[in-house]
Amino acid sequence: MYRYDEFDARFVAERVEQFRGQVARRLSGELNEDQFKPLRLMNGLYLQLHAYMLRIAVPYGTLSAKQLRMLAHIARKYDKGYGHFTTRQNIQFNWPKLVDVPDILADLATVEMHAIQTSGNCIRNVTADHFAGAAADEIEDPRPIAEIIRQWSSLHPEFSFLPRKFKIAVGGSPNDRAALKFHDMALEIVKNDAGETGYRVYVGGGMGRTPYIGYVVGDFVAKPDILAFLESVMRVYNEQGRRDNLYKSRIKILANALGPDEMRRQTMVEFEEIKKAGTLQVPREELHRIDAYFAPPEFEPLPDEMPASDVDFENWLKTNVAKHRAPGYAIATISLKPIGGVPGDATHEQLDALADLMDRFGMSEIRVSHEQNLVLPHVKKRDLPAIFARLKELGLATPNAGLITDIIACPGLDYCDLANARSIPIAQKISERFADLDRQHHIGELKIKISGCINACGHHHAGHIGILGVDKKGVEFYQLQLGGSGAEDASIGEIMGPGFGQDDIADAVERVIGCYLELRKDGERFLDTYRRVGMTPFKNVAYGQDLHAAY
Amino acid sequence: MAAPVPQMLTANRLRDGDVLYWKSGAWVESLKDGEIFHEAAPANAALTAAQAYVGDNVVVNPYLFDVRMDASGIHPVKEREIIRAAGPSVRDDLGKQATDPSVRPVPRPVPRAAQPKDDDVSI
Repeated sequence: MYRYDEFDARFVAERVEQFRGQVARRLSGELNEDQFKPLRLMNGLYLQLHAYMLRIAVPYGTLSAKQLRMLAHIARKYDKGYGHFTTRQNIQFNWPKLVDVPDILADLATVEMHAIQTSGNCIRNVTADHFAGAAADEIEDPRPIAEIIRQWSSLHPEFSFLPRKFKIAVGGSPNDRAALKFHDMALEIVKNDAGETGYRVYVGGGMGRTPYIGYVVGDFVAKPDILAFLESVMRVYNEQGRRDNLYKSRIKILANALGPDEMRRQTMVEFEEIKKAGTLQVPREELHRIDAYFAPPEFEPLPDEMPASDVDFENWLKTNVAKHRAPGYAIATISLKPIGGVPGDATHEQLDALADLMDRFGMSEIRVSHEQNLVLPHVKKRDLPAIFARLKELGLATPNAGLITDIIACPGLDYCDLANARSIPIAQKISERFADLDRQHHIGELKIKISGCINACGHHHAGHIGILGVDKKGVEFYQLQLGGSGAEDASIGEIMGPGFGQDDIADAVERVIGCYLELRKDGERFLDTYRRVGMTPFKNVAYGQDLHAAY
Repeated sequence: MAAPVPQMLTANRLRDGDVLYWKSGAWVESLKDGEIFHEAAPANAALTAAQAYVGDNVVVNPYLFDVRMDASGIHPVKEREIIRAAGPSVRDDLGKQATDPSVRPVPRPVPRAAQPKDDDVSI
């Protein structure tokens, strides 16, 4: 994985000391809250309901064992013993004291981590396919270009005060595991007719109050031109993105207003200007230098058979183990969704134990997925039973990846200052309701995504079943949306109708599932059935006897 | 004219972000120890007085919120304040409820007929 060079290390160390000074000045009163707030946000520090919250960047979702141990250390020493992995592959700590944050950042810097650009109107942490470098269907590892984008966008003077935040994702496979089309901008690695790899660039996707699916603004951008192209898109946005209305300030609003043709035209005008100047060409040598950091481990020639074990192991294999590009290897998803648990939370003991597991089995990396799980990307198949046994001891072997209990949920009103309703208890209720594994397998692939407010951190627009928490006169209600997808067949879920009370939403989901099981044809996932039959049959059952009362 | 809804004053402590409540010109850490305002005038006066603590870099973002009272004590009206007063509803080992179980929210069954219907989906 990428290692800091001298410049990176100095930059992060200096930033820690800058923030230490800023905190000292805030505490002494030299800075007031209005002056300090943008400074703390630039370092990922929010003030939430109960305490401060520190959001730490995990670039393209990749962590080493050493970094995992540092996160465990921070959870133990400065927080309350756990961290929360987010839908942007970051980790959040919910209880740090302001006075401790400079020390936390200093500790993070020792393992080449920071919290810079995890907040604010800048280019945020770049996310990537969590199976990067390992997936059998991959054209090329997306992380080298994600790292180049990270370097280009870090403290970019032109893009430090954008109209609004800007999120970039990168994928290297035709199967989209990074929700590319829901990002402000996204890169998909593709091959052209000549067999060269380049980038298909999407722009204008997003969730939140006004969801959009991104469209293609660059069909095939050659590798050396990619930064010039990205900068061109950013310039169009920076110049024309709305700054007068918070709700219309994301690039999706501009991209939708301009339309694909005009967006392309304006981007190409900027692109030609930058090209003429001859700047922002990424030298081949630099591409190779960055590529080398992400070289896969030496794969041993191993037999490709999957070892046998007990029923629990076999169940885990069915959902949590994916095909690897190298024979004899596999990709293992570590579910952070125990039945009735808090999606995305991990304790310091679990983080430390996972680091030990990585060392024991010679695994140099672990990944954070945007689905709030962890992933071991390069596992020898012969090691899987032992790894599974250890994960089981740690409470990390829930065999539910991609099933109905593998629920994405934002922190919601239990933690978040912006939330209108709780998300986690709803995820827990649904998880408990569908705990039976045979039933989960019978239902098949189903992605439930829950947000506690319209900002959509829980990606509810992209859920096969999306749930949005709203507040109505002090009471939490939950709207159902059906038919969303964050994958290559991206779609925005359709709102069913009036919301359900917190005690009714799990029943409503169960009725929707019952309807699907009655209607589905052979091989159909929930999403397929929904797309075939539409909302009406689901709506007809979801409200049960309250249907008429609701209208 | 309807009687004003009782209110309390809250803020977060600057140093650690902890939730605080106003009591007689100072701050306490537990909702149950906080001061209840039954009239708007003293509530607004307390909010004004709290600005001195903002200026002195003790607290941030003071504001008033509605409460109700019954035989079991003081209860915030909105879920947000219930959660701030106690801690996350999904972890009773976290927040103020971890050391003081008396601040845990009491169940508030809402009769179904009294539940407002969420008929606005134009979000």
